Amino acid sequence: MLRFIGARLLQSLVALAIISVVVFVLARTTGDPLYLILPMSATQEDFANARQYLGLDRPYVEQYLSFVGRAVIGDFGTSLRARRPVSELIRERLPNSLKLAAFAMGVSLAMAFPLGVMAAVRKGTGLDRAAQIISVLGQSLPTFWVAILLVEFVAGRLQWLPAAGLEGFSSYVLPGFTLGWFVVAGLMRLLRSSMLEVLDSEYVKLARVKGVVEHRVIWLHALKNALIPVVTFAGIYFAILVTTAIVVETVFAWPGLGRLAYEGISSRDFPVIQAVVLTTAAIVAVVNLCVDCLYAFIDPRIRYAR
Amino acid sequence: MLAEPGALALPEVAAAADPASRGRRLPVFSLGIIGLFMLVAVLAPILSPADPFEQSLRNRFKPPVWEEGGSWKFPLGTDRLGRDMLSRIIWGSRVSLAAGVLTVLLASAFGAAVGLAAGYYGGRVDAALMRMTDATMSFPVILLALILAVTVGPSFTNVVVAIAVILWARYARVIRGQVLTLMQLDFVAQARIAGAGAWRIITRHLLPNTLGTLLVLVTLQIGYVIIVEASLSFLGAGIPPPTPAWGSMIAEGRDVVTRAWWVSLFPGLAILLVVLAFNLLGDWLRDTFDPKLRQL
Repeated sequence: MLRFIGARLLQSLVALAIISVVVFVLARTTGDPLYLILPMSATQEDFANARQYLGLDRPYVEQYLSFVGRAVIGDFGTSLRARRPVSELIRERLPNSLKLAAFAMGVSLAMAFPLGVMAAVRKGTGLDRAAQIISVLGQSLPTFWVAILLVEFVAGRLQWLPAAGLEGFSSYVLPGFTLGWFVVAGLMRLLRSSMLEVLDSEYVKLARVKGVVEHRVIWLHALKNALIPVVTFAGIYFAILVTTAIVVETVFAWPGLGRLAYEGISSRDFPVIQAVVLTTAAIVAVVNLCVDCLYAFIDPRIRYAR
Repeated sequence: MLAEPGALALPEVAAAADPASRGRRLPVFSLGIIGLFMLVAVLAPILSPADPFEQSLRNRFKPPVWEEGGSWKFPLGTDRLGRDMLSRIIWGSRVSLAAGVLTVLLASAFGAAVGLAAGYYGGRVDAALMRMTDATMSFPVILLALILAVTVGPSFTNVVVAIAVILWARYARVIRGQVLTLMQLDFVAQARIAGAGAWRIITRHLLPNTLGTLLVLVTLQIGYVIIVEASLSFLGAGIPPPTPAWGSMIAEGRDVVTRAWWVSLFPGLAILLVVLAFNLLGDWLRDTFDPKLRQL
C-alpha cells in the first residue's frame, strides 16, 4: 500500500510540474502586461524600469525557475493589478471557494444517493423515469443560464434569497444548488447503473435467499459494492465542480478563487493567473490522489495490478 | 492504476446486458431536433428573417410577438441594439454546432490514437502516455481556454483548440482500457501469429472494435462541448462579438434580464434543446452499442 501511495504521489508531482510549465509558457508567450499597468504617457524609460523592477527582463528559464522555487514555499509574487502579494489574495478567496464546493458537494450527495439507489431498485417505475429526466436535464442545462434565471426569479422577483455576494448561510443556497445540479445528474446516473449491476449479482440473490431484510440488502450489501465505480469518478466530478465554479462564482459575485481567476485573466495579471491555476491543479491533484488511495484501499486488486 | 470505465466493458457481458434496451425505438425526438438545428445552421442565410447584425436603436428591446408591444417583424423580440433575436439565434446555431462537432472530432482522433498506442504497446509507452493523460485531465478546461483567450485573443479557433487540447484525455483513457481488454482476446494473438504488424493490428483489429464506444463518447460529448463553448462566450473568452453566439447573447441579456427577459431566455432554450437532443441520442447509442460504458 505504501509503495502504491509513493508511486501515485510521484505521478501527481510530475503532472503538476507539466502544468506549471504550460501555465508559465502560455502566460508569457504573447501580450506584454506592462501595457496594462503603465499609463498611456509612459516613456520608453519607464517601460525599461518597470520591466527590470518586475523581473520581466530576465531570460525565460530563469524567470521560470525562480517562479517555481518561490511557488513551492507559497510565494507567488505580487499581483500586478491589486499590488498585493498573490498568496494573500489566494488565502482570502480559497476558503470561500472550498466552502461553496463543500456545500455543493453535500447537496448533490444528499440528492444523488437516495435518488440513484431508488431509481435502480424501482427500475422502470415513475420514480426511475423522474430520476432519469432530472439527470439528463442536469447535464443539458447551461449552468450560467440557470444561474441568471435563478438570480432574476428567486432572488429578484420573489426576493426569497440574496442574489449575490457572501452574507450568511442563505447566500450559499443559490450558488450551491446551481453548482451541485450538474454533479447530481452524473452521480445519480452512475449510481443507478452500478446499483443495477450489483443487484443482479449472485451474492445479492444469496442474501435475499438467506432471508436478509430487503432494505439491508439494498443499503448495506449492494450499495457497498455499487460505490466502487462512484469512488473512481469522484476525482473527475471534483475537477468538473472546480471548472463550473468559475462560471457560477462570476454570475453570483462569489468572492472565491474562480472569480479571482476571471478577474486576473481579464486584467492579464500573470502572477494571479499562475497562482490560481496552480492552486486549482494542486487541489485537483490532491483530491485525485486521495481518491486513488481510497480506491486501492477498498479494492485490493488495484494495489497489486502492477 | 486507476480503473478505466472502458476496462469494465467486456464484450461478452455487453451483448447480454439489459434486455429492456434492446429493440428500443429510434430516438425520434433527438434525431429530429438535431436534424432541425443542422438544417437551420446550413440554411441560415435563407431562413433568417432579418440581418443578424443590423442594428436599429429605435427598435431596442422589442418584446416577442405574443407580448404586448411585440410584432411579427421581430417574432422573438430584439436585443439592446435592436437586432432581431430570431435571426441571431438562427445564425448562432452555426457557431455552436460547428464548435461542438469540430472540437469533438479533433479530440477523439487524437485521444483514440493515444489510447490505442498506450494500450497496444503497454509498458513504458503506456506509463508515459497515461501520465500525460492524467496531467491533462486535472487541468480545468475553462481555465485553459480563458488563458488562451487572453494571451492569443478570443476566437473560434482558440475555443476549439482549447477545449480539444483537454478533452482528448477522456478518449485516451476509455480507449486504452478497451484495448487492454481486447489485447487479452484470442483474435489479436492470432493476427500476430499470422504475421500482422503493429500498424495493421491497431488499424484493422483494435480500432474497429473501439468504434462503437467512440461513437457513444463523441455523441455524448458534443453536448458537453456546446455548453463549454457557450460558457466561454458568456465569460467573454469565446466567440468575439458581434458574431452571434448563444453564450454571448445570454451574457448580453444578463444585465437587462428584469427589463427584457427574452434576450437571455431564448438563446438558453436553444442551447438546452440541442444539448438535450445530443445527450439523449448519446444515451440511446450507449444503451444499444455499449451498455456497460460509464461516462459523465
